[in-house]
Amino acid sequence: MLSIENVTSAYGRIEVLHGVTLHVEVGEIVTLIGANGAGKTTLLHAISGVQPITGGTIKFAGMPIEKRPAHARVAFGISQVPEGRQLFAPLSVKDNLRLGAWLRRGADLKSDIARICALFPMLESMWEKPAGALSGGQQQMLAIGRALMAKPRLLLLDEPSMGLAPNMVDHVLSVIRALKDDGLTILLVEQNAPAALAIADRAYVLETGRVALSGTAADIKADRRVREAYLGL
Amino acid sequence: MAELLQFVSSGLTVGAIYALVGLGFTLIYKASDIINFAQGEFVMLGGMMTVFVAMADVPLPVAALIAAIVTAGVGLALHRFAIEPARGASPVVLIMITIGASIFLRGIAQIVFDKRFHSLPPLFGSDPIQFGGAAILPQSLAVLGGAAFIVILLWLFIERTLLGKAVIATSANRLAARLIGIDTRQIVDFSFVVSAVIGAIAGILITPIALTSYDVGTLLALKGFAAAMLGGIGSAPGAVVGGLLLGMIEAMTAGYLSSNYKDAVAFLIILIVLIAIPQGLFGRAKIERV
Repeated sequence: MLSIENVTSAYGRIEVLHGVTLHVEVGEIVTLIGANGAGKTTLLHAISGVQPITGGTIKFAGMPIEKRPAHARVAFGISQVPEGRQLFAPLSVKDNLRLGAWLRRGADLKSDIARICALFPMLESMWEKPAGALSGGQQQMLAIGRALMAKPRLLLLDEPSMGLAPNMVDHVLSVIRALKDDGLTILLVEQNAPAALAIADRAYVLETGRVALSGTAADIKADRRVREAYLGL
Repeated sequence: MAELLQFVSSGLTVGAIYALVGLGFTLIYKASDIINFAQGEFVMLGGMMTVFVAMADVPLPVAALIAAIVTAGVGLALHRFAIEPARGASPVVLIMITIGASIFLRGIAQIVFDKRFHSLPPLFGSDPIQFGGAAILPQSLAVLGGAAFIVILLWLFIERTLLGKAVIATSANRLAARLIGIDTRQIVDFSFVVSAVIGAIAGILITPIALTSYDVGTLLALKGFAAAMLGGIGSAPGAVVGGLLLGMIEAMTAGYLSSNYKDAVAFLIILIVLIAIPQGLFGRAKIERV
């Protein structure tokens, strides 16, 4: 569904992605693990079109998209839940969700909103509250809900467990798995490698802008270097 | 008492115009972080174009409509051809571009129109209304009513429409706005168009009282900017209150002190605000979260 070949990207003159190649197949959860500064967020931004790339190709459903603007990529079916949630803090929970469906405005959103509320029941009681007033866990739920409102085919998740209480992390992971069971394809960036590898089908290890290792989640989990560097074993 | 009432009425009238100019600043600043110093030229274009189109025997309302539409086009062109190509430049560079655009528009106006002062016939005649000993021009009421109408319309738009929410969203978090598929360039286009139209309407409303010429924009932009600063840059209610307050202070200074100092008041206010309350009356202090 998504295939990235030899993508390079830079901030000014400093290249941070040195030719990344990876692919995500329909229905998979693929996780991208790596240390801080490895380029995980940059890669997700490049896929969403908010970070320019200096070389390589990005294909979505067989179609090259690297020259298309960010909003066109959302329309194709790529949604992102960005790192640090990035909600519209002054707007209400309801408005954040409605704006998630910005490209489908005019459509009947009742069933979509009902679906989000079923997934995250705690959002309903906060309906009219500004997003900035929500707790960290609630904000993450809302950020995922907002991305789902665009009806994506591919969901990019950037550090969804960051800063959450352990029981909240479990909840988010179970939601991700439920979304996969519903047929959504997911590319998950995580620093919490054990959690990510527990639910992923395949994994890539990104080190300083390069793919250092790739394979099935089970293989990666068993790799000696990964166990030392990321799993703390 | 009659004197005070007279000053209040004229202060509110010019204040309403400053408020509209300040709102124009606010809207563009919200959507793009740019302070558009060509805002005053929108006001000039609205007034001058109405005058010159009306000269060609076009009925006044039609002339005003044409002026508003053309000014909207100028606002759009300003964003597309002057600001957008420099996207990614620092805010200071972008602000300088708007100053350049303002000089350019003034120059064009001098050639296309002329260098004389012009007026328009007032909307409801020119017989002053006597009120508590003060003589109030009917056009003052038109200015106040028009400004109130625009403020309410803008508020309804922001609060009640999804497009309004998209403007807020873009201003609150541009990255997130792009990630949910908002074409933020279109949002900024839109803010330039609406600011231009608001400016044009202000220019049309004030021309019967204050006259217009190719260079009225400069001072109006500075006054509108002072209004926006006083209210807190980026706050729409702040711009309205700041504008009315500035108009009143100006009128009082002119009335009780000397009209020579009238224009100095705006600059004094900019200085005081910058030194004492940089966040303005309604603005929130900018707190960087790390």
